[in-house]
Order: sequence, then C-alpha cells, then structure tokens
Amino acid sequence: METKDFAKNMRKLIVEAIYNSGSGHPGGSLSCTDIVSVLFNEEMNKSPECPKDPDRDRFVLSKGHASATLYAALALKGFFPTEEMKTFRKIGGRLEGHPDMKYIPGVDMSTGSLGQGISTACGMAVSGKRLNKDYRVYAVMGDGELEEGQCWEAFMFAAHYKLDNLCVFIDFNGLQIDGEITKVMSPLPIPEKMKAFGFNVIEIDGHNLDEIRAALKNAKETKGMPTAVVCHTVKGKGVSFMENAAGWHGTAPNKEQYEQAIKEIEANG
Amino acid sequence: MADNMKAQRDAYGEVLVELGKKYPNMFVLDADLTKSTKTVTFQKEFPKRHINCGIAEGNMMAVAAGISTCDNIVFASSFAMFAAGRAYEQIRNSICYPHNNVKVVATHAGLTVGEDGATHQCLEDLGLMRSIPGMVVLAPSDSGSTKAACRFAAEYDGPVYIRLGRLPLPCVNDEENYKFELGQADVVADGDFATVMFCGPFYSLAMEVRELFAKNGLNIRVVDVPCIKPMNQEVVKNAIYDTKAIVTIEDHNIYGGLGSAVAETIAELNISNRRPTELIRIGAEDKFGKSGSPKELLAAYGFTAEAIAKKIIAAVCPEFEGEFKF
Ligand SMILES: Cc1ncc(C[n+]2csc(CCOP(=O)(O)OP(=O)(O)O)c2C)c(N)n1
Repeated sequence: METKDFAKNMRKLIVEAIYNSGSGHPGGSLSCTDIVSVLFNEEMNKSPECPKDPDRDRFVLSKGHASATLYAALALKGFFPTEEMKTFRKIGGRLEGHPDMKYIPGVDMSTGSLGQGISTACGMAVSGKRLNKDYRVYAVMGDGELEEGQCWEAFMFAAHYKLDNLCVFIDFNGLQIDGEITKVMSPLPIPEKMKAFGFNVIEIDGHNLDEIRAALKNAKETKGMPTAVVCHTVKGKGVSFMENAAGWHGTAPNKEQYEQAIKEIEANG
Repeated sequence: MADNMKAQRDAYGEVLVELGKKYPNMFVLDADLTKSTKTVTFQKEFPKRHINCGIAEGNMMAVAAGISTCDNIVFASSFAMFAAGRAYEQIRNSICYPHNNVKVVATHAGLTVGEDGATHQCLEDLGLMRSIPGMVVLAPSDSGSTKAACRFAAEYDGPVYIRLGRLPLPCVNDEENYKFELGQADVVADGDFATVMFCGPFYSLAMEVRELFAKNGLNIRVVDVPCIKPMNQEVVKNAIYDTKAIVTIEDHNIYGGLGSAVAETIAELNISNRRPTELIRIGAEDKFGKSGSPKELLAAYGFTAEAIAKKIIAAVCPEFEGEFKF
C-alpha cells in the first residue's frame, strides 16, 4: 500500500475507533499520523510474524494518549485484525486506552505517563549500543510533553551516550489540553533547546511524507549524536472541525461528526 | 552468631560482579552514587554494562525499563529516598505495569542513615513499593541475605525491590549457601511467649529482646522476615497459635511496611478472635527522621531492647511489670 493511502486508512480507523468507544484523543492522534505512517509502512523492520524479534527496530509512542494512531498502524500491518479496533478502550479487550506492551503484539513499550516513554527509548538505544546491535529506536513525543522535566533528563542522557541510533519526532502542533502551549507553559524555542542539549535537529512539515523520509535518511547518516525531528503539524489534521482546536484533544465525535469526519478523510487526497 | 560485621551494600557490590559473570545480559544502572551503593565494583569489572545516569533518578528507572525490554536483566540503584521516592511513578508505570525485568536495589534506607537526617532517611519506601501490583519487596537482614536476595532477583522474571541499609551488620547467614525464595521467613530462635518479627538491620536487637525475656524465664521466638511481599502467611499463623504477642521491628514508618503487612495478614487470617494476639509495631511512629548517629537515633526512636520489652509487658502481662528484671 502507498504510504499516502496507509495514512488515510489509519485516519479512518482512528476516528472510527474513538467514535465506537465514545472516548479517546482524536486531535493528537491525527497530528502524528503521517509520521507514524512512514515509520510503519516504509522505515522500520518489524514483522507481525515475529513481533519480539530481538533485532527489530523499536517504536515508543511517548505521547501514549495517541494510542489509536499506533493501533491503527499495527492493525494495518497485520499485528492484529483491523476488526479488533472495535474493542478500543473497552473492557475485555486488549487495546487499552494507552498502549500496553504486555498484551498487544507490536507494542514495544507501555506508555501514557508523559515524559517516561522517551527515557525508555533511551534505554533501548543504549542497550543496542552496548550490545552491538544494529536496530534503531524511534520515539514520538508531544510538544506539551516537553514541559515534563524528565524529557530533558532523557535528552541529556541520549546526547551524553551518543545515541545516534535514536531518532525522536516532536509533534509540534502548538496545543495541549488547556490551550496553546505558549500560553499554558511555553517549551519554546524547541529546535534551539534540542540543539543546546546536543541533538542533530531537523525541522520539517510533519504532514509532508517526503520531508519525513528525508529526515529519516538524515538521522541515519548522522553519527555520534541523537536526532530530533521537530515536526510542524496541525492538531486534528484531516478533519476540518478538529483542526487546531484544543477542544478536540480528548473528545469523541458524535454520529454526525463521525460521518462528516470519514467523508472528509475519504475526500482528502 | 558470627562476630564479623559487613555492610549490605558491600555484599551487593560483590554479588553484582558474581551475577554479571553468570548473566551476560545483565546491566547495572546508578545515579551518581556508585561509590555509596557499591555498583562501582560492577562498573570496574563490566564497564560496558554499567551506566551512570547522573542525578536523574526518574529517567534512570525508565531507562532501566527500556533496557529490560531488550531481553536484559537490569539492576538500578540509588538511595531508597530517591529510588522509591523520587522515581515512584516511573517504577510504577514503566517498570511494574508492563512487569519489566528490573531490580530496584535501594541502599541507605531508614533512620540508620544517621547524620544526613530526614531528607535522606526514607521511612516510607516499603509502603510505596508494596502497594504496586506485581512488585516483590525484599528487606534482607545481613550480607548473606542480601546476596541471596540478589541471586533470587536475577533469577526471577519481573520487578523486585530490594531495601538495603548503610551500616555494617553482623553476618548471620552464610554468603554462599543461604538460599532465598518468595515468601522467605526464617525462624532464627524458637519460643512460646511472644514472636518478634524483624526485617533489615535488627537481628541483634531482636536477639537482645529475646535475651532479656530469657533472663526472666520467658521464651521469645525470633523470625527474620526478608520477604515483605509476598508475606509468609505460615509464620504469622504459627505466631498467632503458639505465642501471646507479635512484635514487628523495622527501620520504617509503622504504616506501610512490615508492621502493616503483618497486621493485614492477621486480619485476613481471621483467626485472631479465636486466639487473641497482641500486635506491637516498633518503627518510626508516623514521624520523619533526624540527624544524629544511628545509635543515638535508634535509642531516641524506641529501638532498644528495654523499650521494646516494656511495651510487650504492658500489652501481654502488665501484672509482671514491677518484677521484670532488665
Ligand atoms: C505525566 C502526565 N501528566 C498529565 C497527563 C495528562 N495529559 C494527557 S495528554 C496531555 C496533553 C499533552 O499535550 P501534547 O504533549 O502537546 O500532546 P498533543 O497535543 O500532541 O496531543 C496531558 C496533560 C499525562 N498523560 N501524563
């Protein structure tokens, strides 16, 4: 499947899952969909036949509330049936509100508490370095998440141990729960701070697949330091009424809104 | 009883090297305290598998979780205050929730830290760690018990918390041969009057209490309880049936640790009505610590054989109070 279509199918699954469960996080799930689509459809060596392969690339969704995005990618890649998306956030199922590595094949780390995922990604990367493994580690973080002090402990760690096998995507959509990040507690300027913390920093349009591909290539070619890809994104991307609206952070669409959203996603591209 | 003394953390440093040889996939993490926690011995032997995380304990615990997901065993150490305290949520969410294979080995627990005072004397860690689902909680009593606990933890697949102190302690258990399993509890001396259950640095104190009562013709059973969770139900049950009182001694708040675990076990066994048993919890009585020498602090907080004996007599046989020979 073309990655463009992969991303489109992901968006449909995301909106559908959140609609079905009546809860979830559409805004931040849709803003990182394109990044996750390139990673799962093109970049990472991961297979549903052997989800625990010790040599697989690792993926950590540090902004774990975007679980629907990860589940959509895993379902489309065959880690579990797309049908199972119906069980999202429901009792008796395994698609927990936030990713659960114990039961969901393909989930490399349980996340949900902001700021912790990036540290665990550092752990995977440093293990790979020390044990001479070739796998790479990818993490997706929120811009609001950067307000957690632990992120900066992790960045210090990544640069100190020269984790060039680590590539961090920052979903820079400018919003968090209570509104604009610059109004709530500004983590800006992000690229300058990441540079100061010892990262190779690339700034891209996080919805442009070619720019995402180029950033991944750049990250792989960079030696001796970790890479941060600061992705300018739109929260709620792909559904007009969800775009750039903080109110859609953690709200499920009603029936009309759901139908409208699917129509728009299908019409786009 | 052996006369030689050894700090648990020295035993920890030694057993880490032993385990590092046995397990090529074992990592050790520290947070700028390698010489205090003694992970420095592992660092010298296996520099590639030792990672100093700097003064960032929260990050360290989540890094430990990440390393463990790559089929590794991870030991992560700091002082109890900063391991269990500062990094509680990382231990809860990144280590225990996914049942990752990380062993949190916390040194310098309790009042016996001494002069550093309250900010460094963690009296709450057993409570914090015991409340996390799936966490095994150990508080060994000497160097032999520490080594056995670490060997057990390395074998065991899942999170373990091991609480160690700062001070040298009498060596009671054999460093090579003492074995450890889940629910470990050792009756070190038998008796039928009262049962003293202790964890951590209180072997000598428990034995002093026993001697005091022996002088008065009463026999105290002494039980070393290095496994706080899961708790050995059998020793509690036997204590209820065989003796008149249970006394717990721990370098911890009386809330949340060994005393609480024993109280819960008594309540759950639901036999205390048939055979009334007094429970006396010796520990910090919902107080913070203070600066001072460990010896002075222990005396000030009621950790002396006389103070404990008085409490036991008052609870079990107040009529004996005037006659008791101290
Ligand atoms: C440690 C922690 N504190 C608070 C929350 C609750 N929370 C969930 S999402 C969120 C906002 C996240 O904002 P951002 O990282 O910018 O994510 P995005 O806008 O991309 O969804 C908050 C505060 C949490 N999950 N973890």
